[in-house]
Amino acid sequence: MSRFWNTAKQLAHYPSAVVGLLIILGLVVLALYCLFTIPYSEAIRLWRGGEDIWGDYPKNAMPAWVNIFPGVDVPVTIKVDSAETPETKDVGEFQDGMRVTTIDLAFDYRHGDFPAEVSIFFTSTFESSRPFISAVWLTPDGREIRIADEAIGRTHSMRLSGNRTLQRRLGNQPAEVGFFLDPNSGDQQTALKGRYILRISAITFEESSAVDAKLVVYGKAHGLAGTDDRRRDLMVALLWGAPIALAFGFLAAVGTTVTTMLIAAVGVWFGGWVDFVIQRLTEINLVLPLLPILIMVGTFYSRSIWIMLGCVIVFGIFSSGIKTYRSMFLQVKESPYIEAARAYGASNFRIIFVYMIPRIIPVLVPQFVTLIPSYVFLEATLSVLGLGDPVLPTWGKVLSAANSQGALYKGYYYWVLEPSVLLMLTGLGFAMLGFALDRVFNPRLRGQ
Amino acid sequence: MTVLIANMGGYVDDIRRGQIREAVVLSMMSNPEIGRLSSEEYQALIEKQVEVEERRLGLHIPFPIRSFRYLWNALTLNLGYAEQLTSDSGSKLVRLIILERLPATLVLFATAYILLFILAISAALFLSRRYGSFLDKVVVALTPSSAAPGWFYGIFLILIFASALKILPFGGLVDAPPPESRIAYFLSVCKHLVLPTAAIFISSIFLTIYSWRTFFLIYSSEDYVEMAKAKGLSSSQIERRYVLRPTLPTIITSFALMLIGLWTGAIVLETVFNWPGLGRLLYQAIGMHDTPVIVGSTVIYAYLLAVTVFLLDIIYALVDPRVKVGAGGARP
Repeated sequence: MSRFWNTAKQLAHYPSAVVGLLIILGLVVLALYCLFTIPYSEAIRLWRGGEDIWGDYPKNAMPAWVNIFPGVDVPVTIKVDSAETPETKDVGEFQDGMRVTTIDLAFDYRHGDFPAEVSIFFTSTFESSRPFISAVWLTPDGREIRIADEAIGRTHSMRLSGNRTLQRRLGNQPAEVGFFLDPNSGDQQTALKGRYILRISAITFEESSAVDAKLVVYGKAHGLAGTDDRRRDLMVALLWGAPIALAFGFLAAVGTTVTTMLIAAVGVWFGGWVDFVIQRLTEINLVLPLLPILIMVGTFYSRSIWIMLGCVIVFGIFSSGIKTYRSMFLQVKESPYIEAARAYGASNFRIIFVYMIPRIIPVLVPQFVTLIPSYVFLEATLSVLGLGDPVLPTWGKVLSAANSQGALYKGYYYWVLEPSVLLMLTGLGFAMLGFALDRVFNPRLRGQ
Repeated sequence: MTVLIANMGGYVDDIRRGQIREAVVLSMMSNPEIGRLSSEEYQALIEKQVEVEERRLGLHIPFPIRSFRYLWNALTLNLGYAEQLTSDSGSKLVRLIILERLPATLVLFATAYILLFILAISAALFLSRRYGSFLDKVVVALTPSSAAPGWFYGIFLILIFASALKILPFGGLVDAPPPESRIAYFLSVCKHLVLPTAAIFISSIFLTIYSWRTFFLIYSSEDYVEMAKAKGLSSSQIERRYVLRPTLPTIITSFALMLIGLWTGAIVLETVFNWPGLGRLLYQAIGMHDTPVIVGSTVIYAYLLAVTVFLLDIIYALVDPRVKVGAGGARP
């Protein structure tokens, strides 16, 4: 234990180690937080969810915090639902076989920029005759724009931005521009600020029939992380990427270094044909390209991240590390204390585990720490190639989606930058700690 | 080994059989003649077509035999025919497809590695002389940047230079359409080469300089270097004869290990930069489940690795007089 504190004290002299440790701690906290707030199954459900979960989220929205910069004014999503605010609804008397319900969905719009889309979602209850609705858009300066008059089903969505008839009526402008355009703004089109009202008059033909409407004015910014082309909140993937990246990196690094070390120790101790077989296997394995093989495994069998992890470990066992450890063990094997252990009758495995392996732990630890980020990036690499885990959200998958949707060409920089920055931080954190550990454990490398 | 993994369990065969069946049924449905046949005749025709197609792809041979045949073919570079992909000249020979892509990969990596090697050696020598200086500390501090692979920096470079500044192309080998004259073509390739090379370069330069600098430091504290200093030799002479010479073998070994690591990273780098090389070919083949091409590319990668190692062994023998190829008087 005192040795541990000694190392910690020495490490504190290296600012890079402290920073690296802080980054790693931060990531671990993030990972734990995410594991507790969004359980595994929930993460998968959210990430694979479609319109039912993400319907009210904007498409390709920037993170909302861009608005704190001066001069940036990006609209965020506005949602008004008559089911949640009953005071917007004015239900008339049922007479002559019908009832008129008026829904006034009002909201304040304070941005110069136009929103991304406008949609209205209706839900209604009825036995056999469908309610009839007519919707009118009231602008702050008192203009009235007729939207539609039609009968609706139990659920009905009006995606006004894609509506051709409406577009023609608004002077060949999509709804999100036509509804909000300030008529006096001239060529420099800006949105009119003020209170907008969507007035819906619904006529229901049954005593028990009712109508509710939800207006969603999709913004161009959302949440802390923004959204992707399928309206999913990137935050889910960014959060869940942390535990996955850490687990993958850590397990792969543990799996490969520990097995490699054990095999090297066994080979050196027993020598003879055992050593020979291990040596030849390592040489063969060194020529096998790991990534193409992983790609083949991913293409032909399973893309599950855990299968990949297993393959990485299996192929990592007979890696070049064996040669390094072997040369160290060869020196250790000749040491007098091993002779002593043999003299008192220690068994082979006792010598290997108690006397040989502890000697090279100092070399192993820094190597182990620097290995972690390389496996984290390996996972990202596989994801970018389209061989990521099919269900789990990871940083690499976000990057891959961004890449395949041409995020860089279209200017959705946040989409690429967020996972990249997190990957970079992970890489930097472990690498900085690893290099510092290397210098603490192997003072020979510190130079003169 | 590779071949076995590529086909193990015959799972792929099932996928491919399914694909064949679907393709046959689709082509049948688009044929107006079929409508007149009865359903039994129709089924029989489908079965026959499927069988013909399976025979064409060699699926009727038992799996283990097929694996050995694949293996032997792979070793002799007789890589067979692609199932879906074709080369630009329209050939389905995997060998031709790969040969067509290989130059692009070699151009990119030769440029990057030669640059990397020369710059890293001179920078490492320079820093070993100024051990502990500000520049030295900067390089040491930047070493962790090598944790990220090249493609990762590639994305950033595209973002900055292609997307935001719009001064360099997003990717590809030449402009579209390719320029007519040879010089313009060459310049266009150079322009497209800048970003991918820079990506490889950034991802490995600092770690390389750092480790080579350490080698130089170790060797420059040897007694014979002190001796040379005492003799009054100029510092450039000392560097060349007494520091660089003995360090080269170590450096070349580390360079070889780095090359091996980077070869495979090329797959994603080429994909990110749309570079029409071997890596991108592999990526396309994955998308199409084109087994011969995947196996072929993997074999070529293995050969490239072996060639790299072999070449470095030769260079090793050239720079280190202690290593004698085929030396020993006992030979008959």
